[in-house]
Amino acid sequence: MINAKSVTLFIVLFGFWLLMSGYYTPLILSLGVISCILCVYLTIKGKFLDNETLPIYFFPRLIQYTLWLIKEILKSNIQTAKVIIMKSEEPELFSVKASQKTNEGKVTYANSITLTPGTVTTQIKNDIFEVHALTKDFGDDVRSSDMDKMVTWLEKSK
Amino acid sequence: MLDVSIEIISIISFILGAFFILTGSIGLIRLPDVFSRIHAAGMIDTAGASFIILGMILQSGFSLITAKLVFIGIFIFFTSPITGHVTANLARKKGVIPVGKTKGKTL
Repeated sequence: MINAKSVTLFIVLFGFWLLMSGYYTPLILSLGVISCILCVYLTIKGKFLDNETLPIYFFPRLIQYTLWLIKEILKSNIQTAKVIIMKSEEPELFSVKASQKTNEGKVTYANSITLTPGTVTTQIKNDIFEVHALTKDFGDDVRSSDMDKMVTWLEKSK
Repeated sequence: MLDVSIEIISIISFILGAFFILTGSIGLIRLPDVFSRIHAAGMIDTAGASFIILGMILQSGFSLITAKLVFIGIFIFFTSPITGHVTANLARKKGVIPVGKTKGKTL
């Protein structure tokens, strides 16, 4: 019952609670600890606590991935703004294959595609992703599968 | 000196955020169909919101408010792709035909 996942969940919940509260008296703190323990207990009891809820094996490489993703998002934001101002959109719809093995890896990949402006994941079936892109350049970015390799690298960090 | 430069950086970041939100709003009106308009909405959610939040962080100084603003940014980053994907997925399932060409086999 007490393992790496439940302890991590408790630390995350309690850290968030501390940030949001701003009052640090013993009574309030102990109420916070009790409510966080209750939340973790209910999560374990409901069998929600697995790799999908809390992929802790992502954490070592998560910072580097986040920085890379922010760089990509900035780049494609500038491109999307250019497309909107120049009225040069030529939308296209295509499918790509995702190389991730686990569900959480696929979710990360699909959300990263959607988070980058200019590309949206429209449908997912097993490991085939259907992607809508604003121009051909955005489509080529997804088809070159840089992001796919990056997410697979993140997934294999254990 | 430091105060002035922080002030200038935060003003620049506000202007950039306003630019991205304005361009995204123009795109929402100008682009042809629902799938293309999601891209413009995504631009407002990512660049627009993050630059405005960055400007607010620089204005607030270092306190608990900074951490709360960072968390607002993180939550926007987690929820924005979900709404975009749900909108696009529902439009596809209801049979909206996207403008432009379709390459290869699609689902």
